[in-house]
Amino acid sequence: MSLEDHLRARRDAGRKLLVPYVTGGLGDDWVETVRALAAAGADAIEVGIPFSDPVMDGPVIQQASERALHAGATPGGIVRALSGVDAGVPLAVMTYYNLVFRAGHERFASSLATAGIAGCILPDLPLDEAGEWCAAADAAGVATILLAAPTTPDDRLAAICERSRGFVYAVGVLGVTGERSSLAASATVIAKRLKAVTDRPVLVGVGVSNAEQARQVAEAADGVVVGSALVRRLLEGAGPEGAAAFVAELRAGLDG
Amino acid sequence: MTDTQSLPGGSLMGEPSETGRFGEFGGRFVPESLVPACFELEAAFRTAWADPAFHAEYEALLRDYGGRPTPVTECANLSKQLGIRLLLKREDLTHTGSHKINNVVGQALLTKRMGKQRVIAETGAGQHGVATATAAALFGLDCVVYMGEVDVERQALNVFRMRLLGSEVVPVASGSRTLKDAVNEALRDWVANVESTHYCLGSVMGPHPYPWMVREFQRILGAEAREQCRAVLGRDPDVVAACVGGGSNAAGTFSGFVDTDARLVGVEAAGGAAIGRGIPGVVHGMKSFLMQDEHGQVAEAHSISAGLDYPGVGPEHAHLAASGRADYPSAGDEEVLRAFELLARSEGIIPALESAHAIAWVVAAAERGELAPGTTVLVTLSGRGDKDVAQVMDMVNARTS
Repeated sequence: MSLEDHLRARRDAGRKLLVPYVTGGLGDDWVETVRALAAAGADAIEVGIPFSDPVMDGPVIQQASERALHAGATPGGIVRALSGVDAGVPLAVMTYYNLVFRAGHERFASSLATAGIAGCILPDLPLDEAGEWCAAADAAGVATILLAAPTTPDDRLAAICERSRGFVYAVGVLGVTGERSSLAASATVIAKRLKAVTDRPVLVGVGVSNAEQARQVAEAADGVVVGSALVRRLLEGAGPEGAAAFVAELRAGLDG
Repeated sequence: MTDTQSLPGGSLMGEPSETGRFGEFGGRFVPESLVPACFELEAAFRTAWADPAFHAEYEALLRDYGGRPTPVTECANLSKQLGIRLLLKREDLTHTGSHKINNVVGQALLTKRMGKQRVIAETGAGQHGVATATAAALFGLDCVVYMGEVDVERQALNVFRMRLLGSEVVPVASGSRTLKDAVNEALRDWVANVESTHYCLGSVMGPHPYPWMVREFQRILGAEAREQCRAVLGRDPDVVAACVGGGSNAAGTFSGFVDTDARLVGVEAAGGAAIGRGIPGVVHGMKSFLMQDEHGQVAEAHSISAGLDYPGVGPEHAHLAASGRADYPSAGDEEVLRAFELLARSEGIIPALESAHAIAWVVAAAERGELAPGTTVLVTLSGRGDKDVAQVMDMVNARTS
């Protein structure tokens, strides 16, 4: 089943979707964390492949990326590790375009497909530049999840939804990834604008930091992506169990 | 005043393609949040650059405030020593001490046109930061400058200068703590504040339209130099050289000579040689040559010159290199330091360490016979060396102790 079919089926059954993010290569037990998140109620899991210059990320994910790179994380190593995870829910990788460009579009797409990875998010590859990668990803059966931002005008929003696969990643707040003390009004606004133009699942990420914020934004959206709040806990030593406990909290918030 | 209307057509150093490509390089590889701002900026620049009133205001500011035109100086002593005829385009004599003012005045005028009140900038050596802080003071804009911690330390004078001008300087502690990381942090600020803020990018790099727009704002220096060379030499120079980090002074210079027979030489820092040691890659919004590892992680540059301490290069230079129209040798720290001292002693001109790279290449090329006796060479002296004196003093003392 494709990432999108999986998410649509769950959404259509009345479930709000939860996609937690972890940085690949962060700690020796990161693969175990991925499995624990699935067991704790994640509907899919986003795994970051660390990049040296993550311009869309705030301090928490920057620090996680640096730590993982310092520990020797490589794109190939992370993809190979994921091929053996068997988490029971679909996996998507999130990284920056130069790692894909360096590997080559076809080679990178087929390495994901071979590892059983269902989707790919490249935040610095906007719609206008995504053609070559999308063609390779489509051919390999990997979903390219595009981002839509609060600044995106209506006509462009429709084009992004048209080309996105898996789900549409709604950027909830103007800014880089990171926790916010309250949910930005822009999160609900972008979710509603997207829901008005697409039937694909709409998940809000960036600035969704806890169960209450997840519940709030999921009133308008089909679900949430939660990254920094989880990665901060991992940086503080929460381990797979602590990460799973946090995801269970988020799950409970969404299930209300 | 020299005409700054851009040349039409798709020839070398004309307009990039609709997607912002120079050959295969360039583009607009930024987060979706910034894409509309890039479109807005491109539209604002196109409108302004086609408006004679904008050109009049821009040129008047550069004349009355910036000190343009800058002279071309013939270096009699050094020419004699090297057996060539060496001319310098004196961007060190502008207000704020480097060519960066040309770009910043243009972008500050555009910021006003777009109705934005806040500008942000990245800086390496601090020259672009100082120029931006200066324009922000003049135009009454709020200004935040991002600067790597390493550069904050080695360019302390420029940090104080920016603060004196009323700007906030934010030290960047991530990554290599130099120019690359300052660009990352400026981009992160822009993602968060794009609706109120203009990113005043300092070189011919970043997403479209910056590489094109900044080259157009630097075209004035090449256009002046071309006329001045003809007045002095009676013809175009044989060789035109400039240092290249991102490559804005070189782009402005080359734009004045790309359609002549002059050999165009961009001199990179040996420790930041994107064209010399890099391969195509994508970072900071552009596809260009990039120093990186086998996985695509961006390499850290290492140069005594903070302004050239950058693993990438502007996409138009990548295209000029790929097309063979310009070549891009590099100069190492030690020969740059010697060139710095040589120009000071032989001509009474203290160059910026960045500009000293171009001088170092000329010296080396003359000494190894690559420049035949009598060759006419124009070098753009992109900035003055006052900011580097303390750093050079430490290095010279270390060498002699």
